[in-house]
Amino acid sequence: MKLLTGNDLKTGLVIWWTGRDWSIHIEDAADVGDAGEPILHAEEGAQRVTSAAIIDAKMTDQGPRPAHIKDRIRALGPTVRPDLTLKPADPEAGNWVI
Amino acid sequence: MVDTLSFRTDGAHEEPAVTLDAFLEQSNATAVRVEPGDDARLLIPFLDRLALIEIAFPAFTDGRGYSSARILREAGYTGELRAEGDVLLDQIRHMVRCGFDSFAPQKSIAREAAEEAIARFEHVYQPAADGRAAVWNLRHG
Amino acid sequence: MYKYDQYDQAMVDARVAEFADQVRRRLAGEITEDQFKPLRLKNGLYLQLHAYMLRVAVPYGTLSSKQMRMFAHIARTYDRDYGHFTTRQNIQYNWIKLEDAPAILADLASVEMHAIQTSGNCIRNTSSDQYAGAAADEVIDPRPWAELIRQWSSFHPEFDNLPRKFKIAVIASETDRAAMRLHDIGIKLVRNDAGEVGAQFYVGGGMGRTPMVAPLIREFVPIDDFISYAEACLRVYNRYGRRDNKYKARIKILVHELGWQEYTRQVEEEFKAIKSLNLDPPAAELTRITAMFADPAFEAGLSDELDRSDPDFALWLDTNTHPHKVPGYAIANISLKPIGGIPGDATSAQMDVMADLAERYSFDECRVTHAQNIVLPHVKKADLFAVWQALDAAGLGTANLDHISDMIACPGLDYCSLANARSIPVAQKIATRFAANGKDAAIGELKLKISGCINACGHHHAGHIGILGVDKKGVENYQLSLGGSGAEDVSLAKITGPGFDEDGVVDAVEKVTDVYLAERQEGERFLDTYRRLGMEPFKEALYG
Repeated sequence: MKLLTGNDLKTGLVIWWTGRDWSIHIEDAADVGDAGEPILHAEEGAQRVTSAAIIDAKMTDQGPRPAHIKDRIRALGPTVRPDLTLKPADPEAGNWVI
Repeated sequence: MVDTLSFRTDGAHEEPAVTLDAFLEQSNATAVRVEPGDDARLLIPFLDRLALIEIAFPAFTDGRGYSSARILREAGYTGELRAEGDVLLDQIRHMVRCGFDSFAPQKSIAREAAEEAIARFEHVYQPAADGRAAVWNLRHG
Repeated sequence: MYKYDQYDQAMVDARVAEFADQVRRRLAGEITEDQFKPLRLKNGLYLQLHAYMLRVAVPYGTLSSKQMRMFAHIARTYDRDYGHFTTRQNIQYNWIKLEDAPAILADLASVEMHAIQTSGNCIRNTSSDQYAGAAADEVIDPRPWAELIRQWSSFHPEFDNLPRKFKIAVIASETDRAAMRLHDIGIKLVRNDAGEVGAQFYVGGGMGRTPMVAPLIREFVPIDDFISYAEACLRVYNRYGRRDNKYKARIKILVHELGWQEYTRQVEEEFKAIKSLNLDPPAAELTRITAMFADPAFEAGLSDELDRSDPDFALWLDTNTHPHKVPGYAIANISLKPIGGIPGDATSAQMDVMADLAERYSFDECRVTHAQNIVLPHVKKADLFAVWQALDAAGLGTANLDHISDMIACPGLDYCSLANARSIPVAQKIATRFAANGKDAAIGELKLKISGCINACGHHHAGHIGILGVDKKGVENYQLSLGGSGAEDVSLAKITGPGFDEDGVVDAVEKVTDVYLAERQEGERFLDTYRRLGMEPFKEALYG
């Protein structure tokens, strides 16, 4: 599957395209298939996202998981500061990242 | 091409500029165009008969034109020095400091915005081609 | 310390207003990201993996307690309660919002600080010796000359769009604590036979994907020519540095391709052309600046005696303090490398502690080192015990200066969008293992440096042991290199052979240090043993 991701222009936070809007949770990400490019350009043009890209991922029981380690780290947060990730209370949350 | 934004009292020079090579080969042209890779010093013997030197900025990130401009002003050139191409509002104050006095940007820049950008910094830390006194000269004036 | 006058203050205030306007135009869609990026970078604002990152300049590594407290305030107010001190003596915040950036710059300007030119293809913050003004071995305090460079290079109109970034370091000791020859321009202040101070210019050093040691291009530049000579060095680079390939755009490539003799000839010619233009500051300016770096009011006749009865304190004393030029004083190093911690990180509470200690015990000054530590430059020996106790209580008392666990590490793939592999977990595993088995102390001086990609922010080329993280088909892999140094015995490390996985590289580091422990002769550091024996025995231990 293909995901559309980038950083929120104002806050810089990692965001994922849900099909209608953006979410900071990769679990909300939608498969954009071959249709990502025009959404990417429209959303960049609307000053909602910056540094947007379409990336490879695969669907799992827990949700979409990016193919590349860099995007997996983006999806959760720094592996060396679990307290600053999106799931600070879950010690297992980082297991799929590395 | 949009209108030239000139900060000269005598307005913009209208003659089309010839390339540096063409100028050096023959030409009694009074306007010449300097590309980023050209050596501006080759023009030094001819400065008194030039009315316009147009310095090309194919990309705003290519800073060679700033050195070309300063070299020409340091050599005593007083004619129009025009920045042409990918010239953006946020580069203009540096360009003025390097001796540019007219601008032909691909996308037009409002005169008021340019004037505001040029005036934003009241002082300068180093001498350049605009004759402004550096802060260290003001301190020990 | 340098104090802003109305001109300096007006300059940073104008910059805040300018950047606020640029951010407004970006958010309103008046400028594109491609146009905005160089503007935000020139204010130190990057877009990293998880958020914007702001890099704040600490000119020549010197800051007051008030400035350190402002760093703590910014960490608490706009970030996630910590900051990261870097190899260029700056601080970085990892979780900044674009819309907050103008307010942060305004806060910084209120304490005479800024983020000007901490990134982008321009002249970056000038770095220097963290022991300046305190070390016994310096010719003169290098910071006034560095301050001249700061002023000259700030908003330099001609050099705002160089082929690539440009880093300058200024030192004034035989001992090089600033990796001077690994800078685009390295300046070493020296005295000539007449007793006058002048600058040796080394040009074309750097790390990155093509590491080079800068050659000496001029033995002595007098103060009257200092700025115009630097101007000539930069102009030749701006005009002729390569712009066709980002990876060949640093000045080291120009100097290498032309040959340093030809580069020097062009600089001398340019210098002749511009010398008459009065680009140099009046002599009174260096005098004005130097007065602000005068020695603080050291007490005379203090004793060098110390109570060493607490063994933990004695260990810290022997490891983390350095002789001061004034009897009865010492230079105290605060390690930001707690065992198993993140190299260079400090919490806002720790920054406040360091600020308090600087204010109370070190004439209100602290320093940032290129090895990502903090220095209290002027501490009375009689106060060292109290300082150490306060540091220890704040988790800042680790006694490991220049040990293997005092490693340089870039943020790596945990934070950085350029990285190929994580640096921090490797640093943590090495420090933890070597502290636990006692080898950290047994080995003594060993400079280990880790970069998470070829850009070499972690200085791996200059490590006695260097580690470079690479991406091997989507998996993190680490190359080991040996024999580098960023000090006065500068050299570039050589790769040992095939790389290792994360745990493998920790084992590999232990193997090469075991060779050293078995083979070392009296007084030899790891680097000395490596230089005497060469690569072979280390390679044999790794791959044999």
